[in-house]
Amino acid sequence: MAENSKKSEAVDATPNVSEVEVSDASTTAEVEAVLDAPVERGEPILQVRNLVKHFPLTQGILFKKQVGAVKAVDGVSFDLYQGETLGIVGESGCGKSTVAKLLMTLETATSGEVFYKGQDITKLSGRALKAVRRNIQMVFQDPYTSLNPRMTVGDIIGEPFEIHPEVAPKGDRRKRVQELLDVVGLNPEYINRYPHQFSGGQRQRIGIARGLALNPEIIICDEPVSALDVSVQAQVVNLMEKLQDEFNLSYVFIAHDLSIVRHISDRVGVMYLGKMAEIGTDSEIYDHPTHPYTQALLSAVPVPDPDAREGRERIILTGDVPSPANPPSGCRFRTRCWKAEDKCAQEVPLLAVPEVFAGKKTPAAHESACHFAEEKQVVGAA
Amino acid sequence: MTTMEKTANVPEPRAGDDTAPLLEVRDLHVEFHTRDGVAKAVNGVNYSVSAGETLAVLGESGSGKSVTAQAIMGILDMPPGKIPQGEILFRGQDMLKMSGEERRKIRGSKIAMIFQDALSSLNPVLSVGYQLGEMYRVHQGLSKKEAKAKAIDLMDRVRIPAAKERVNDYPHQFSGGMRQRIMIAMALALEPDLIIADEPTTALDVTVQAQVMDLLAELQREYNMGLILITHDLGVVADVADKIAVMYAGRIVETAPVGELYKRPAHPYTRGLLDSIPRLDQKGQELYAIKGLPPNLLHIPTGCAFNPRCPKATDLCRTDIPALHQVTEKDGAELAGRGSACHFWKETIHG
Repeated sequence: MAENSKKSEAVDATPNVSEVEVSDASTTAEVEAVLDAPVERGEPILQVRNLVKHFPLTQGILFKKQVGAVKAVDGVSFDLYQGETLGIVGESGCGKSTVAKLLMTLETATSGEVFYKGQDITKLSGRALKAVRRNIQMVFQDPYTSLNPRMTVGDIIGEPFEIHPEVAPKGDRRKRVQELLDVVGLNPEYINRYPHQFSGGQRQRIGIARGLALNPEIIICDEPVSALDVSVQAQVVNLMEKLQDEFNLSYVFIAHDLSIVRHISDRVGVMYLGKMAEIGTDSEIYDHPTHPYTQALLSAVPVPDPDAREGRERIILTGDVPSPANPPSGCRFRTRCWKAEDKCAQEVPLLAVPEVFAGKKTPAAHESACHFAEEKQVVGAA
Repeated sequence: MTTMEKTANVPEPRAGDDTAPLLEVRDLHVEFHTRDGVAKAVNGVNYSVSAGETLAVLGESGSGKSVTAQAIMGILDMPPGKIPQGEILFRGQDMLKMSGEERRKIRGSKIAMIFQDALSSLNPVLSVGYQLGEMYRVHQGLSKKEAKAKAIDLMDRVRIPAAKERVNDYPHQFSGGMRQRIMIAMALALEPDLIIADEPTTALDVTVQAQVMDLLAELQREYNMGLILITHDLGVVADVADKIAVMYAGRIVETAPVGELYKRPAHPYTRGLLDSIPRLDQKGQELYAIKGLPPNLLHIPTGCAFNPRCPKATDLCRTDIPALHQVTEKDGAELAGRGSACHFWKETIHG
């Protein structure tokens, strides 16, 4: 069922999980050649398949035995297309930051694959992995702790060049760092200053400059604006959009601020307790959500319009997110869901276009992991 | 149930509620004497709250909104903090002139505060039951046993499930939303007339934020309390506030009833904040951004503090500090409760 609808969709919309063309490069040199090849706009650049990360829980000091696992990410699949922004939203503890770390290969995945240009980066090592890391960079959440206070701005932004000297020869580095400062809207003369001499917004610009230093193709942004003041957030979001056009970047944009995610993203994925609950284009998710969790999340967002205070229906979820060490059976959302039935406790709903919408040409026909997916108008949530 | 008894005897008539405001802040100044000079955190703030009313104080970090609240509570670090002038009237009495002993009687029992970060505001080595009971032991001299029973009541009232079993748990055993509920319970313990909530939901997820704000609004109605909500989230303000005071660089730049502010802002800073919220119809376009950075409090710009970032600034703005003007309609009719500290408020509101 899901297969059929995917084919019919492929004409006008990009499917969220496309066929992976695994490259057959075997030697390191071949792999590096594959990684250097450009990807055309609109083609998948990063394909994530059934990504799993379990953190073991151990007991005992000398003879550690595993007593369980925190299932931080439990089978996540999505594609990132060249030149697009994929937003990932979800509450704290849903695994969105772990996904970011897995994409960066800062954590090793328990199972699953991450294909970058057809190469499974979870299996790469040595020079090939280094080449991948050059092309996938990250911007961190907290601009106060992600910059070393004892390094000057020039050293911070120039440090990537020491690991990848082929990008900028030694003599050019200072000039290159000044160019980067200029690109992110900071005065190039600030090169010898220390992080504490900058405000939060300026520090985040330094973090972005560091991410740009190696001319990456993908930037993973883990809550890049949530630590900033409202009036400064807009500046940084604008900068990131400008850089995307200028350097042809693809973004994975992780955040919990739903209105900013909507503004910047082409497609949005909603995560809950280590699984993708719903994924689709921004208007499919925000205007036609079919998963009850997405509906609750959107209705809980405070809308900056006092007139909407009375009229809009709010779904207030009870309780907290269950522990990822012991997630509920079947659908993970069922413990807080108002629609839950026996079926939800037994069968894990698959992330696919729901049967009721399959083949229909409505915006509701996007992938949603719910047995009882249906549209429900959620007012507001801009 | 005990909860029922509690609610039954609570809304007892409170003396002089109807006309006089519960709390009035008049021309408050706060400065911090640091090695680098004098940081003027609050420069002449005026606002008032009545019983049952919600005042939202909106501002960025460094705008002085939390410092004002700390001055009201009397928990400002002095030194380096200093209050060179101003009055804080609680039911007509100036709290700044009271003795420490008198203030201590008000703090907690008449005015209580909810802090932003519940994990660092609770003591990690004491059980939550002990910390909740402390309010009763210290202020009312109850025994340990009675205080614990009261603590369980409180936890029930803020809807913490299985309060009896959890009363001896420690803060780290609770989730973020539950911890914030404990903070709210602690503030409510002595049924104060006024609650100051300093960014009560900033550290919480949206679904939990909705639960906590709902609870706070309900309890406020039930006890007819005044509430000062300090926040930077325009969405939260729109949901719960009655009136709003927007702060910038230690000054109130605009006051308005909630609906009015969002429809017709009368100060360029408020307008900029509202315009920088991503809106549906602006998808793909550049967001409006207020240029520049919030001012350094050691060197506040002369004239209007917002002038370096303001698109409408003229020479007048660089020399004269604008007073909080009464905002009127085009025909001169006064708009109740509206004020704007901008020389050009007329142009800003009426286009």
